[in-house]
Amino acid sequence: MKIAYYPGCSLHATAKEFDLSTRAVCAALSVELAEIEDWNCCGATAAHALSDALAIGLAGRNLALAAQQNMKDLLAPCAACFGRLKYAAKALGAGRGELPESLDAQAAAGVKVRNILDVLLNVVGVERIKQQVSKPISGLRPAAYYGCFLVRPPEIAEFDDPENPTSMEQILEAVGAQPVEWHHRVECCGGSLAVTNTASAVRLVGEILAHAKSAGANCVAVACPMCQTNLDTRQAAAATRLGGELDLPVVYITELVGLAFGIEPAKLGLRRHMVDAMRLTRIAFSKPAELAATGG
Amino acid sequence: MRFLRSNRSFTADLGFEDEVARRSGENIAACYQCAKCTAGCPMAPDMDLTPSQVMRWVQLGLRDMALTASSIWLCTNCTTCTTRCPRDIDLARVMDALRAIALESRVKPAEPQTPLFYRIFLRLVRRRGRQNELPLMAAYGLMTRNPFKDLLLGQRMFLKGKLNPFGPKVRNIEQVARIFEQASSSASAPASQRE
Amino acid sequence: MRRVGVFVCWCGTNIAKTVDVQKVAAEAARLPGVVYATDYRYVCSEPGQKIVRDAIGEHNLDAVVVAACSPAMHEATFQRCIADAGLNPYVFQMANIREQCSWVHSDRELATAKALDQTAIAVGAAAKGKPLMRSEIPITKRALIIGGGIAGIQAALDIADAGYQVALVERQPSIGGRMAQFDKTFPTMDCSACILTPKMVDAARHPNIALHTWSEVESVSGYVGNFEVTIRKRARSVNLEKCTGCGICEEKCPSKVPSEFDAGLGMRRAVFRPFPQAVPNVPVIDRENCRYFKTGKCGICAKLCPAEAVDYDQGDELLKEKFGAVVVATGCDLYDPARMGEYGGGRFADVITGEQFERLVNVGGPTDGHIVRPSDHREPKTVVFIQCVGSRDDTKGYPYCSRVCCMYTAKHAILVKEKLPDAQVYIFYMDIRAAGKNYEEFVRRAQEELGVKYLRGRVSRIYPEGDKLRVKGADSLAGVAVEIDADLVVLATALRARDDVAEVARMLSIQTDQYGFFAEAHPKLRPVENLFAGIYLAGACQYPRDIPDTVAAASAAAAKVCVLFSRDSILSEPMIAEVNQARCSGCLTCEEVCPFDAIEATVITDMFTREKRTVAKVNEAVCQGCGGCVAACRSAALNLRGFTDEQVLAGMEALCRE
Repeated sequence: MKIAYYPGCSLHATAKEFDLSTRAVCAALSVELAEIEDWNCCGATAAHALSDALAIGLAGRNLALAAQQNMKDLLAPCAACFGRLKYAAKALGAGRGELPESLDAQAAAGVKVRNILDVLLNVVGVERIKQQVSKPISGLRPAAYYGCFLVRPPEIAEFDDPENPTSMEQILEAVGAQPVEWHHRVECCGGSLAVTNTASAVRLVGEILAHAKSAGANCVAVACPMCQTNLDTRQAAAATRLGGELDLPVVYITELVGLAFGIEPAKLGLRRHMVDAMRLTRIAFSKPAELAATGG
Repeated sequence: MRFLRSNRSFTADLGFEDEVARRSGENIAACYQCAKCTAGCPMAPDMDLTPSQVMRWVQLGLRDMALTASSIWLCTNCTTCTTRCPRDIDLARVMDALRAIALESRVKPAEPQTPLFYRIFLRLVRRRGRQNELPLMAAYGLMTRNPFKDLLLGQRMFLKGKLNPFGPKVRNIEQVARIFEQASSSASAPASQRE
Repeated sequence: MRRVGVFVCWCGTNIAKTVDVQKVAAEAARLPGVVYATDYRYVCSEPGQKIVRDAIGEHNLDAVVVAACSPAMHEATFQRCIADAGLNPYVFQMANIREQCSWVHSDRELATAKALDQTAIAVGAAAKGKPLMRSEIPITKRALIIGGGIAGIQAALDIADAGYQVALVERQPSIGGRMAQFDKTFPTMDCSACILTPKMVDAARHPNIALHTWSEVESVSGYVGNFEVTIRKRARSVNLEKCTGCGICEEKCPSKVPSEFDAGLGMRRAVFRPFPQAVPNVPVIDRENCRYFKTGKCGICAKLCPAEAVDYDQGDELLKEKFGAVVVATGCDLYDPARMGEYGGGRFADVITGEQFERLVNVGGPTDGHIVRPSDHREPKTVVFIQCVGSRDDTKGYPYCSRVCCMYTAKHAILVKEKLPDAQVYIFYMDIRAAGKNYEEFVRRAQEELGVKYLRGRVSRIYPEGDKLRVKGADSLAGVAVEIDADLVVLATALRARDDVAEVARMLSIQTDQYGFFAEAHPKLRPVENLFAGIYLAGACQYPRDIPDTVAAASAAAAKVCVLFSRDSILSEPMIAEVNQARCSGCLTCEEVCPFDAIEATVITDMFTREKRTVAKVNEAVCQGCGGCVAACRSAALNLRGFTDEQVLAGMEALCRE
């Protein structure tokens, strides 16, 4: 099946691993990703923080292009882009905001925007994923971290449960991992202020990672570039502030799924993390390869 | 109504609540100050006014208190408040509206580096249609007089191939420019009610 | 030729300030059919009514129009007045030139012209009015009470004490309802069971009360004074007469099931009494969870019962009985904490509901009255109460206030401090609603004497931190976010309508509001009656309330029933629908449309063709005169007496006069 692909600015740069691993995993699952021609930045936080109209326009253009290019389903792996695109789709559908005259706002409103978890779970399905697993990652105990935009606000994201989501855990269990039970899965990491208010971000990162660690996790699984960059690059500072060690590799869920599919770690981008993630390859397959029906 | 503090008397602007309500499309009067937003806000410990206090000053009509608060710039837009507000108020959208009003009224932002960052970001998007960390961080560092911020980190990321000095540019950049044009002409148009 | 009299009221300045009433009277005198018209300051007063009566006699009036306030105010007053003067009360029309004119307009000229138009319509309708007679409906003086909580019990006792027969139907194995679950009651801290059980026993032993527990009302048809009801007495599987209440069966039963009475905190057996003071003190077998009924094995209770009272072959019993009145006292249910994901959604063992706390602190409860954490049975050192969970909530709950939580949370806090004096207690609240007698003083006791810390704000989320629960809340008075590490958290959950209210409402032909609470006839002036004559409401099924208000409502409903039963028959309301059978095509659309099931099909012999055909027939005792059938009838065969099509059209013609 074919789906429009909106990488967003970060997937071509700071979140290269997310792009690499998503493409590799989708290829393995026979999901054809057609990158939208001439896509632009969705506007992220900067646009909507200063102008609602700009936010709708910038994000909406991409939806209109997807529609123009005859695609009705769109995958935006970046959770922030996902949120902004869905917001724009709803706004345009309700008659709010506008697009340049050459673009069709109503067609834009009709594009179905999905995040990577939605595609894996609801388009591909857990059974198909299980079939593709050749090296179950049963040595990994990921703390599934959703962050903000995958599930909030519920009337925009329309995905999973905003307080107690389970989609990531379902996927992780399907590939053999043992996701831990912990309670900071939807807490904000402060990613959007990581540059302008670094100290606050460091505090929030520390709280999240400390709880992941005390829950017994040996890595953190994410599906958002802002979260990954923040939890990865600010981890050292957070550990210093807490006066202890954190040392938790923060990886995209698609990297973990790719590992379980037997794809080469370097091809997934595992070398590109600040907190070393390659060591996961040494422990990931250490338990006997038996697909557990439910994780720990 | 007059507020008596700081050895002075400030007159309430009872129309401010309506203005914010129209800009944000939210029912400000419905806020009954339960403070659930404050309770769940990850940045509340760093703010000078709690989120519910910001709402209260809007309700009471003291513009300056609300617009000069650090709160509106420290908000991460995590929408925890929006998701849990029992009166169904999208507080994140109210914060958006307050930010827009603050900038339009040329109120000096309590955290100036944040709107600065957003402006640099959007300038880049306007020129190239896409965002790029290298020029973004460079410009930000310069303008905040902190050119060495995150320099080491930047170096490491560059070496891991995560920074792209020559990012691609959107071909139909005129369309992007038109979007900016349309947005600025509707700048003070009120947002319609939430669906 | 009609002789209509018109009386235009000043209503002091209420009407006269905006409407030129003298002009209206003068113009009305010239309307066709009017032989006398006058104005007066207060027509409803004694002298005013005398003017009306005298005018009827002097001018030989045969129809009367009063242009004054709303018929809802004084139609009955004037109907009685003209009846005293010898006229049929139904040749009366009222023009509302107050609520519908002088009170909503300010332009004197326009308002006066409108008042005259309104009067003209009334005159037109009056001219076509016919005298109507009321008929007598006999009353069966037996009351059915659905629901055996304190509301049902109180109503039953009051009606039975007045000398009438009562059937009290309760779906649980025992009467007692919610009060049986409580420990102490505010503001007196009376032990709930101690004040309830005497009433339960009275109800069971009263010669005029027939108690049906483990039973449900299955169908209700008929009308005021003449309801036909089917009651299903479900099979207890235990013989009521033989059982001695010794409890051996319960003790030895191997099947354990979460106890509904203990709100899931404890277990009960498949053969069980919900609580030790159950009335009747006879267990029932929950056949869905009984090993014998599921697999054919076991049968221990039957073997061990010394009175040989266990009867697996017992079947349901259907009773068909007639009643004159029905009191609905079905109570309410509670908000499911699973809906509030940020508080754990019911998954954290030490986050419990107020109902569960009542059972915890009750000596008859699963922990013998010791306040301990459900997870590890340790005594809590820090207890946090959260009010308004699911109440005053537009998104995850109900917008209304549940009324009792402020008081019972204060009560819970006081109980904690009494049993665990060293515990620190916090209460997160939004407002304190303590409007009853001695209620404010009760809350102050918690705050001032016992050191309970009240924090004004909601809680955003609760999560486990170590073996404690981290509560992230706020105090809006100090303007700060707060964090408390609690050992036990108690949620004061909203009171809500039961899940089956739609079916019950349909069965009884009564209405519910948008939340599922049963609707009263008038929110202020008729709080315990329903619009459907003969059905009365009592207790929390109508809206959330505490014990004193519930008991008051129950007695009020009982009083209304006694009023109904004080006569042998009642007079029907004559402004009801009637079928012109000659015109009726027998399509029976009216039967479908009628919300009160007041229309049925009947077979007549056609006058002309001498053939049998089906037509509609109105049950005059049930019809409430809503007019829905009249509007739906395609053949214009239905008309509303006292508000006929002819009267309406005559009013319109009068309005369109030159």
